[in-house]
Amino acid sequence: MALHFTSHPFLVVYVTCGDPSVAASKDIILSAIGAGADVIELGVPFSDPVADGPVIQRASERALANHTKLSDVLQLAEEIRNAESRAGLIVFSYYNPVLRYGLERFCDDARAAGVDGALITDLTVEEAGDYIAAMRKRDLATVFLAAPTSTDSRLKRIAQASRGFVYAVSRTGVTGTQQKLAEDAGVLVRRVKKFTKLPVAVGFGISNSEQFHAAGKFADGIVVGSAIVQTIEQNASTGHAAKAVGDFICGLKKPSAQQKQSAVGTQHSAK
Amino acid sequence: MAALEELEKAYTKARNDRGFQKELDDLRKNYAGRPTPLFFARRLTKQLGGAKVYLKREDLLHTGAHKINNALGQALLAVRMGKRRIIAETGAGQHGVATATVCALLGLECVVYMGTEDMQRQELNVFRMRLLGAEVRGVDSGSKTLKDAINEAMRDWVTNVRTTHYLLGSVLGAHPYPLMVRDFHIVIGREARAQILKFEKKLPTALIACVGGGSNAMGLFHAFLADKKVELIGVEAGGRGNKLGEHAARFHGGSPGVLQGTFSYLLQDDAGQIAGTHSVSAGLDYPGVGPEHAWLHDIGRAEYVSADDTEALAACQLLARTEGIIPALESSHAIAECIRRVPKMKKSDIVIVNVSGRGDKDMGILQKELPKSQLQTRT
Repeated sequence: MALHFTSHPFLVVYVTCGDPSVAASKDIILSAIGAGADVIELGVPFSDPVADGPVIQRASERALANHTKLSDVLQLAEEIRNAESRAGLIVFSYYNPVLRYGLERFCDDARAAGVDGALITDLTVEEAGDYIAAMRKRDLATVFLAAPTSTDSRLKRIAQASRGFVYAVSRTGVTGTQQKLAEDAGVLVRRVKKFTKLPVAVGFGISNSEQFHAAGKFADGIVVGSAIVQTIEQNASTGHAAKAVGDFICGLKKPSAQQKQSAVGTQHSAK
Repeated sequence: MAALEELEKAYTKARNDRGFQKELDDLRKNYAGRPTPLFFARRLTKQLGGAKVYLKREDLLHTGAHKINNALGQALLAVRMGKRRIIAETGAGQHGVATATVCALLGLECVVYMGTEDMQRQELNVFRMRLLGAEVRGVDSGSKTLKDAINEAMRDWVTNVRTTHYLLGSVLGAHPYPLMVRDFHIVIGREARAQILKFEKKLPTALIACVGGGSNAMGLFHAFLADKKVELIGVEAGGRGNKLGEHAARFHGGSPGVLQGTFSYLLQDDAGQIAGTHSVSAGLDYPGVGPEHAWLHDIGRAEYVSADDTEALAACQLLARTEGIIPALESSHAIAECIRRVPKMKKSDIVIVNVSGRGDKDMGILQKELPKSQLQTRT
């Protein structure tokens, strides 16, 4: 499998697998794909999610309370692949569960499950030699994170080590306003694009249609994580999480008020 | 990470800068109280009936533990990097207190992350940090101890990296931290080596130090690495049992893995999730160990053993009663190994034990753990 992106901007949806249960995650992911998610990041829960904010930390804790393991996530990936051939599937994990599972074994099993690639949050390109070699051997994509603080020489290295797409990330909420974050993300995308022809996806706390379409002007893809996980958290108890996530994605992708207006304008002038 | 690259560059420059070293030496001497004595423990030696026991008195340093060596070095570096906001994690509170202290000294903003369980058991140190003007932020996630405090400090750092230096307190984390923190503690071993050569005209048979992350042990060991005959013994926390979750003995119940940017021995379950730990001493209560210790272990240069809660508490009492020195519960683990090992050694042998910190901070725990009935009058 290779990652193909037909829509613009393509939508990457992050889900912590096993929150609220592995079975529920399957329904949620299928609903997300049905609503237009192009790539699913299958989050593997970890006891020490240093790179995640409170929303995904809580999801990780719930998934671990259900004893969700990397093997369960791979099993889930296979079930999703059997039901749905369209979407890209990326395993999103910290390195230790993968190491413990066995790097070669992980790559074999991911490949067999129909997974397209992986993103290892706490593995820097400098330390990723073994991982990249093992992934390349199975033709699995290696997605790496690029941050606004990275120097050009590092961005180059990240871009060169990446396959599938590059994930440009700028942490949400704390460093500045949404407007400032969008500007920063735009600058970062342009910097990454100097070094690669790969599509660049951005993630910076995007949670509504306005932000989605605004980011689509400068990025090839948009990653939505915390907003999805929060939607799941809010709807898990009633059993409506899958539908809520589907609705959320439809809302995200629908044209913004501004776009509608300009579309109406076009129609008028056409007349 | 860009921040690590920046730190590595700044540290490499400072390391070769005589001005930086001079400033650090001056603070070590006139502020922290270096060099620390190497003390011959006469009554303990007599009681154990084997090798001569010397104590490296890091407990006599300002703020009560070796942690100030590293805090001074990194804070000076932060000032050079133009960073005026310092964050740190702390387990027992000794690193937090050392960091709060140097921030007060240099006029820097200071935020210390501490697990809420550790805040309870090291209440006195929480108050000390606040008295020094630091903000102490409780961390309520995971095991609510040192590991979780590091997670939260790392999250703060990636968010505020442009203004903030993360003053990591042990030989842990991603490069250059293990190297840099070790370098700032190397002075412990350099002094001890010169002192023992002066007193005894020969090198010691063995060095003993407790190992949480392992900074005091690396500091003591490093100057002796080339002295192949000197045995290096690290003592981990045996806690209250052998089952996963009941101890912090990474070299006995652990396996290689990655945590918080470090590839080393880790206590973990079959799925690669980090395991809970227990120790009576908050400073040793951590599931990973510094990567250089893992290397010393794998090449056979150092030996790692463990002492349990009961042995550490007994060792603390014995040192108090034989030498009038109340060691921190962390350091008491090193004393416990000394008590086990020294009687089997020759009288011509020499052992240096690192008393990495003083026990003042542990009075609450000691009062609880040692009922009055046990505290018989010294004979």
